[in-house]
Amino acid sequence: MRAPLWTAIAISVGLIVLLGYFIPPEMTRFAFILTLRSILIGWAVILAGVAALVGVLNLFMVHLRRMTARRDPDRYSILLVIAFLASFGLGLYLTPADPQYQKVVTAIQAPVEATLMALLVITLTFGSIRLFQRRKGLMAVVFAVSAFFFILIASGLLAPLQSLPGIGGLFEFIQRLPIAGTRGILLGIALGSLTAGLRILLGADRPFSG
Amino acid sequence: MIWLESILGTVLVLLAAGLMLVFLLPRFRQGRGGLRAIPALQRLQRAIGLAVEDGTRLHVSIGKASIFSPTNASALVGLSTLERIAQLSLVSDRPPVATSGDGTLSILSQDTLRAAYRIAHVPEQYDAERGRLTGATPFSYVAGTLPILRDERVSTTILAGNLGPEAGLLADASDQQNAFTLATSDALDAQAVFYATAEETLIGEELFALPAYLQAGAIYQASLRVQDVLRWVVIVLLLLAALASFFGLIAL
Repeated sequence: MRAPLWTAIAISVGLIVLLGYFIPPEMTRFAFILTLRSILIGWAVILAGVAALVGVLNLFMVHLRRMTARRDPDRYSILLVIAFLASFGLGLYLTPADPQYQKVVTAIQAPVEATLMALLVITLTFGSIRLFQRRKGLMAVVFAVSAFFFILIASGLLAPLQSLPGIGGLFEFIQRLPIAGTRGILLGIALGSLTAGLRILLGADRPFSG
Repeated sequence: MIWLESILGTVLVLLAAGLMLVFLLPRFRQGRGGLRAIPALQRLQRAIGLAVEDGTRLHVSIGKASIFSPTNASALVGLSTLERIAQLSLVSDRPPVATSGDGTLSILSQDTLRAAYRIAHVPEQYDAERGRLTGATPFSYVAGTLPILRDERVSTTILAGNLGPEAGLLADASDQQNAFTLATSDALDAQAVFYATAEETLIGEELFALPAYLQAGAIYQASLRVQDVLRWVVIVLLLLAALASFFGLIAL
């Protein structure tokens, strides 16, 4: 068996956290499980914070190596390293809660993300146009027609029609269809999530090497 | 009501665990032929084979879900997929690269790759740079991943995890590089975006079928069968609740 100790720890911790969800707070006899669950989740949050720092340091090291590579050094990595050092240093000195620091970070981050969002809009528009080249069949037609129809409804252009007798009820029914579809997909995802979690609890799936 | 939820939850978990153990028994196991054909996954298997033969790189994006968030199950699927892909591409000149948008996931992706190489007795093939955190926010993650698709001779991209609609940019960039792209997410808006931008898409719970179709192990096939059984249980419960409501037995 791969990493039996770590697997046993993962299963035990997983079972305690899961039990905590199923024990109602009024069952005082098992209150210690709820306390234990809170402690374990607290530890996990601290570990997540450390992991985020390790991940960011890994990102920094990757770009530092690329920047200093003898063959094909990456110019853009220089920008990342400078931006990282500046924001990290200033964050430590001023603290992330400092309004001036937040202003500078937001002033850089917001326009860049807005640009990418705009790029995404163009990408999606072209993607929709090319949809029929890539996908043929009824589903592509249904996808395109429903996307167009719901954009039209959301735009409010069809609002006057909704007051007409009979049409209003039809619109209401059609607008309920995506909710039904969404619930169906979400139920499927929930069942998949349940089995994925159970694989960890059974020790069959181990996203850690130990 | 809280009691009812607790009991129902416990019954559901115990039922699923019991069924999974039953389906793992040799007598109840189903072979590879027991899985229904999903064309997108058949094309993925072919693309992996071609990438290994060509000596091009496979890219696995495992998303941005924190392992402590409720959406982490999709990340676990991404990690299982990564492990299987690392095993399948052991003989490739270019090992696969995994990108993520969360610190814990990047560490787990490195650990998954390390484990895959260690089990295959080639620990020297492991390179920590192959499991990368490319950005800590959704758009910075996309911005950090785009150069990998462009510069690292990626011929197959698998986007599997908790990804938002912004990952449509990755699917499109991969398409521009003439790379095969299979995209799937547990987020509904991302699924719609992938349907328009990616070469192949998995919708809904098909995301969780990914490791089973890559033959990652009997447990994944057992999981799929449990999902099928539970789906019918949920359908029956929904119909019964609707009938009970119709006849005024319960108020929904």
